[in-house]
Amino acid sequence: MQPDRLQERKTRWWFSLVWPVAALVLLLLFNLVFTQGFFHVEVRDGYLYGTLIDILNHGSMVILLSLGMALVIATGGVDLSVGAVMAIAGAVAAQLINMPNVPFALVIAGAIAVAIVCGCWNGLLVTIFKIQPIVATLILMVAGRGVAQLITGGQIITFTHPGLTYLGNGHCLGLPFPIVLALGMLGITVLLTRKTALGLFIESVGDNHIASACSGVDARSIKFLVYLFSGLCAGLAGLVAASNIKCADANHAGLFLELDAILAVVVGGTSLTGGRFYLVGAVVGALFIQTLTTTMYMRNVSADVAPVPKALAIIVVCLMQSPAFRQRLGWSWKRKPA
Amino acid sequence: MRQRFGSKYIPLLATAFVMLALYTAGCGLYRNFFSLRVAVNLFGDNAFLGIAAVGATFVILSGGIDLSVGSVVAFTSILIAAMTGKWGLDPWLAMPLALLIGAAFGAGMGCLIQWFELPPFLVTLAGMFLARGLGFIVHPQALGIRHAFFLHLINEDLSLPLNAKVSWPFTATCYVLIFLLAMVVAHYTKFGRYIYALGGDEPSARLMGLPVARTKILLYTMSGFCSALAGLVYTFYTQSGNPASCVGLELDAIAAVVIGGTLLSGGAGFMAGTLMGVLILGLIQTLITFQGNLNTWWTRIVVGLLVLLFILLQNLIALATGRGRGSKAVGN
Repeated sequence: MQPDRLQERKTRWWFSLVWPVAALVLLLLFNLVFTQGFFHVEVRDGYLYGTLIDILNHGSMVILLSLGMALVIATGGVDLSVGAVMAIAGAVAAQLINMPNVPFALVIAGAIAVAIVCGCWNGLLVTIFKIQPIVATLILMVAGRGVAQLITGGQIITFTHPGLTYLGNGHCLGLPFPIVLALGMLGITVLLTRKTALGLFIESVGDNHIASACSGVDARSIKFLVYLFSGLCAGLAGLVAASNIKCADANHAGLFLELDAILAVVVGGTSLTGGRFYLVGAVVGALFIQTLTTTMYMRNVSADVAPVPKALAIIVVCLMQSPAFRQRLGWSWKRKPA
Repeated sequence: MRQRFGSKYIPLLATAFVMLALYTAGCGLYRNFFSLRVAVNLFGDNAFLGIAAVGATFVILSGGIDLSVGSVVAFTSILIAAMTGKWGLDPWLAMPLALLIGAAFGAGMGCLIQWFELPPFLVTLAGMFLARGLGFIVHPQALGIRHAFFLHLINEDLSLPLNAKVSWPFTATCYVLIFLLAMVVAHYTKFGRYIYALGGDEPSARLMGLPVARTKILLYTMSGFCSALAGLVYTFYTQSGNPASCVGLELDAIAAVVIGGTLLSGGAGFMAGTLMGVLILGLIQTLITFQGNLNTWWTRIVVGLLVLLFILLQNLIALATGRGRGSKAVGN
């Protein structure tokens, strides 16, 4: 098992990207032919502008969420609360920034700390109280928006602080700051999981938590850690979301983004049953979803109807990944059922 | 044996206790809380949630989950409004048609789940998106209903006057009938036993020779039907169809089921518990309305905490009675 399994693993890393990249390329080709001005990118005042940059910019929130989500799903769980945590982080940041004499660093630290606490709460419910992840995170999903409302006092809190608005609207190296932030987080996550044993531990816990516990992996701590990390990612995404519109909207910040994040991870080739995860795949998946959304907007499809193609995309992707579906089609596929 | 018999009913008793405590607290704190009108409204205002929760109970008992409930309710409501208003269909034709479409929608999801072994959570998530979008395709805005059938027959002729001021609305009658029917199906039919068996342990159910595939598909069909029926009742209730309504209703339905003492990993629970769960949600809302100075977001927080409380209670019981449930929860 060892040598060829390792070999298989190495080839699969690239192999796993084939489907999501193919989907993204197909969508881009469609736009190249049918949507005018889709690939038009120009430099204005030293910054890059264009539809592609917009996709990256708006997709950055889903990218951030999908990084945390990928790790959670790899352990066989799911985090439904990320949207609500985004709302909470945004609300905390907006409240703190409007208080006199609070340094900017403390505002950011405070918002992220609260998001991490939310992640720890999920982790606690899953590891100590042994609640199924869907349900454990559902609790925060339901109650989290209430908590965010409580923090903002039911108001939409606006702010004008240049530092906080920079997070969602500023530019860094000619690119919008959210893109840089998302890529930075991707880099850190890849380094942490692929250059240390952490990634292997996460995959082993998701693959077979009893076997991994028997071989000395502390499954509890690993699970706790991934929920904490998902909270952190959601906090960052929440800061970007609030900064983008210069206000904290407890009702709508990050609404349904948990679904986009899960979809991104699944499109990226990570199985919902846990085990192997593909961070770059998840990012490509997030870009695919954002491109799909932007394409529909550019083709005058109303935002309300936009879920229909998204739903069809989920079903097609799931069917392609389903071993039972492949068997029915008679595809000889070497990939083992997850 | 006696201990197992008892532990089965502990969550149900806890639910009943919470419900009575909330009601007594309301009666003690506020004037006019102990009145026929409040009690009747509790049923009338939550009828559509209750019917949706009936479908959710079946699905959760089988160990699955249905996230498409809210979207299907909204889709059905706008479909009925459009069919009777925009396209001029007779209500007697429009209503069964809408219910049929809802059932077919559920059946489609059930087939995907059963045949292709896709996770229910993901398929119904896709269903949630799909139904929401389709609702907006049918009609992009809220649509009021002016058809005489809905205005007069349903809301005036079919409501039962209880005294001079208060009458029992038709929506509540629908809910009670569906609830009784569901209770019979869940506890007194073969199909009901199959559902419990499926939720208890699916491989065992298959080895015992139970028709797992048929039961599962039928189950999601039933859930789709319940959602569509909830949509119909919602249409009666609001006298309009709105494709943007009922966002997050599925969460309320799941919360009602959990607060009703049904085990989320499936296999244990009672239909009557869900009824009490729905009433508890309604009571919380009514209490917050009576208090007046509290905002509606407290509802969400209290509901979240109650759900947590009941899950912890379930875990505690599993731990105390030493049944295999605890290890199953870890496996997830």
